[in-house]
Amino acid sequence: MTNSIKQLKWPDYLILAIVIVFFGYIWITIEGTLNYKWRWHLIPNYIVGWHTGREEYFANLLLQGLGATFRISIYASILALILGTLLGVARCSSNLTIRMLARTYLEFLRNIPPVVVVFIFFFFLSQQLIDALNLERWARGIARQENNEIWVFFFGEMRRFPSLISGVIVLALFESAFVGEIIRAGIQSIPKGQREAARSIGMNGLQELRYIVLPQALKKVVPPLANQFITLIKDSAIISLISVQELTFKTVELVASSRMIFEAWITTAAFYFIVCFSLSRVFARLERNSQNN
Amino acid sequence: MNQQTPIIEVANIDKFYGNFHALKDVDLTVRQGEKVVICGPSGSGKSTLIRCFNGLEWHNSGRIVIDEIEVHQNAKRIRELRQEVGMVFQQFNLFPHLTVLENLTIGPMKVRKIAQAQAEETARGYLDRVHIPEQADKYPAQLSGGQQQRVAIARSLCMEPRIMLFDEPTSALDPEMINEVLDVMVELAETGMTMVVVTHEMGFARKVADTMVFMEEGRIVEVSPPNKFFTDPDSDRCRLFLNQILEH
Ligand SMILES: Nc1ncnc2c1ncn2[C@@H]1O[C@H](COP(=O)(O)OP(=O)(O)OP(=O)(O)O)[C@@H](O)[C@H]1O
Ligand SMILES: [Mg+2]
Repeated sequence: MTNSIKQLKWPDYLILAIVIVFFGYIWITIEGTLNYKWRWHLIPNYIVGWHTGREEYFANLLLQGLGATFRISIYASILALILGTLLGVARCSSNLTIRMLARTYLEFLRNIPPVVVVFIFFFFLSQQLIDALNLERWARGIARQENNEIWVFFFGEMRRFPSLISGVIVLALFESAFVGEIIRAGIQSIPKGQREAARSIGMNGLQELRYIVLPQALKKVVPPLANQFITLIKDSAIISLISVQELTFKTVELVASSRMIFEAWITTAAFYFIVCFSLSRVFARLERNSQNN
Repeated sequence: MNQQTPIIEVANIDKFYGNFHALKDVDLTVRQGEKVVICGPSGSGKSTLIRCFNGLEWHNSGRIVIDEIEVHQNAKRIRELRQEVGMVFQQFNLFPHLTVLENLTIGPMKVRKIAQAQAEETARGYLDRVHIPEQADKYPAQLSGGQQQRVAIARSLCMEPRIMLFDEPTSALDPEMINEVLDVMVELAETGMTMVVVTHEMGFARKVADTMVFMEEGRIVEVSPPNKFFTDPDSDRCRLFLNQILEH
């Protein structure tokens, strides 16, 4: 760090100065023109609140939202990995119909704006599924039970369970297309000779995939999948549109009730940044370590 | 079985890649225990021919009968056939994520459903036969090219095939490793295995071959026993080719 500071030359200082002036200008506009009253001191309260009646701390809006974002991201990645693997295998299938179906799904997702995709998945698929399984009543039943801590730990507020599941399904369907492309690239990176060797000892298509192709492909796709996981966390903000109570949705709520526009959005941005940036550093380190071995 | 019984019968096969005519009316008979060496210039269809014997490529017309069963695009039947016909590739094609021992046992265990203990015992037996019993627990990338190719031969043998196909097994190897692989192949020949070998190693061919085959532009141009093949072939093309490769 100190070394790179020493290497700065005058054009670098000029660029830095321009950036500082630009942000300074925005700052002055907010301060002067809008006459905005900063209330940063209220923000911690919306992360961890103090319940005066029960004399205890509780997770307030922002932390609740962050928790939901974590849960949704983890479940959606697991589901997206399963769907994506099927999709990736389908894309490499020798059967033309299967290949075409998988391709159609991918093109559908690639050529329709994500917002529209989210609404379509929500109304056409996840809503139907939740109604069909009668999840609403089931979740309310659990919510009324006494000892539902485990449920709450895994799924948060149980009354909101159907909405959480919707969010997970929509997000997983959305990401599965990209996971599928990663898996396909992984499968196709395995040299043709590997498949030929597998076939020439009499393996069938499934054995060839399971024992020879997938174990090698999966090793290659771990780094891109890790990056896709980070992308998924960021993309999860979009399901606030279908009222899933994750971080972005909670921020909208907070802004509406408290009018702390700038503080709330800056805090939320910081949350996303810290989570995604630290994950990307951790993944980069893990990758470096595994390459050294 | 008698030495005269044909084990591979190829009759009038043609093979096209799109419009490209890769095999033209090819006939060939290989008898039980026979060693056939195929040579010919690059692109003459040698690989294509032997890959048709285990269904890695499909002939478009004509008949291939192996061990009295016609090679047919029926998935189950072709898998049974492949267990009888081992194949060794130019690029070894070992499974890099499996140890040497696992490379040898995965076929017998998953395809033939043999118990692990027994599969490992057989595998160690074949590793002995290709002279690398001590490498069982290494990964392919930790072995030299010659060792890898010997593992690949052992992997095929573990399926207890009746026929072994070799597609230029030594041409990806450094010169000093070629002989260790050829020695293993000579020993295999001595056990009476039926072998079809695509190679330009004429020393090996002289030592082992019962029949020499010369191919050019998708056709079999010459089929003759080695003493005739190397001294007085019928075809001028073949003579020319031999002069070229024997000069080196
Ligand atoms: N999958 C394929 N698609 C199209 N053409 C092919 C394919 N495989 C082989 N060919 C063509 O068929 C011809 C015969 O190929 P083949 O690999 O059988 O030759 P070969 O005698 O084994 O040559 P080499 O000594 O180079 O291995 C070549 O002209 C090659 O370009
Ligand atoms: Mg070839």
